[in-house]
Amino acid sequence: MYDIIIIGSGPAGLTAGIYASRANMKTLMITSAFSPSLITTTDLVENYPGFPEGITGLELIELFTRQAKRFGLETVEKDVTSLSRLTGTKSTGWEITAGDDTYRASAVIIATGTEYAHLDVPGETEYTGKGVSYCATCDGPFYRGSDVVVVGGGDTAVQEALFLTRFARTVTIVHRRDRLRATAILQERAFANEKIRFEWNAVADEIIGDTVVRGIVIRDANDPEKKKTIDAEGVFVFTGNIPNTAFLGGIVEFDDAGYIRADEWMQTSAEGIFACGDCTKKLLRQVVTACGDGATAAFAAEQYINELKGTSYGSWTTPRG
Amino acid sequence: MAEETFIDNPDTALVVTDSTIDEAITKYPFIVVDCWAEWCGPCKMLGPIIENLAKKKQGEIVFAKLDVETNPQTTSKYGIRSIPNLLVFKDGSKVGDVVGAMPEDKLLERINTFK
Repeated sequence: MYDIIIIGSGPAGLTAGIYASRANMKTLMITSAFSPSLITTTDLVENYPGFPEGITGLELIELFTRQAKRFGLETVEKDVTSLSRLTGTKSTGWEITAGDDTYRASAVIIATGTEYAHLDVPGETEYTGKGVSYCATCDGPFYRGSDVVVVGGGDTAVQEALFLTRFARTVTIVHRRDRLRATAILQERAFANEKIRFEWNAVADEIIGDTVVRGIVIRDANDPEKKKTIDAEGVFVFTGNIPNTAFLGGIVEFDDAGYIRADEWMQTSAEGIFACGDCTKKLLRQVVTACGDGATAAFAAEQYINELKGTSYGSWTTPRG
Repeated sequence: MAEETFIDNPDTALVVTDSTIDEAITKYPFIVVDCWAEWCGPCKMLGPIIENLAKKKQGEIVFAKLDVETNPQTTSKYGIRSIPNLLVFKDGSKVGDVVGAMPEDKLLERINTFK
């Protein structure tokens, strides 16, 4: 029986791992089903304090992992399929099924993050790996001298469009609104980059090609009859995210989009289950906020476990009803 | 006769290159080639899973890895545009590919559909 099991190995999970391990909680991290963390596909993280020149997402995760393991965090690569409450009279906690194995813990920290949303247009599935991509850092180098399209207008879309200009001849950003959502500095860079073009108020309609992608058909967001084709060898999709929370259906409360509702202790609606990072309902999904959540979740889980064991230090009281 | 590059029942992922991949796919009746690159985060996550499967499936499925950066011929021959990309070869011909990182059991399930 573990004190704490952390599911997920991105910034939130690894920070929870650092805090739980340093608190001498017997902690296991189950990594695989929700790895790689999306941050590992980000070419440059330049808003995480401590790295004035920026750092790649992959390097950052490697550093987090090294730091967590230094304090003894145990990890296992398994795919979590379900969680159930321990029904025995002796112990309070949760049983986690992952592959053919089961693991038990007094408290569970969910840090499963999100995955990229798909466009759900004809051609997208067919051409995945043949020109449709969700990872600019993985696939950008295959598009030297090519024309590519980025769909989306948020931070990820604009950051990755800028990255793609290192390889591509042109990068066309297709965005459904008339302005970008991305943070100001990224917008400035994108507008100043002569390789980047924009298609405003444009919605992806279909991805076309032969054996590989040859272009994308877009339609006017205000006039669906108005369509046009942009020739492109690559279509990179960064239109949003979907939380990796489906396996928790019926166990913890979600918002309408499937993000986990957690209070200021990162406690979910299920006793003993905490949640942190991008998979939770929150205002800002960034590495730095994920880390903050992860630390809080681990600390709250520790207090919860100490109360269960009757070894609580002083007057800590959790806000649970 | 040229010296054989590859052993009979490897329990680790073999390293193949533009010049040795043909020998590998001819020698082994069922081989999965993991096309990867240093710059690709998900590829690095997939690496240990491939090694693990190579050990578990020794004698049944052979696994190999190819660095796309230093092996442009193979990359272009198979039209690789996304990595990680697993090329699956049966009896010397390509029968399918698996694109993207995924958990071990899902990966094996996908590979097995090409058997």
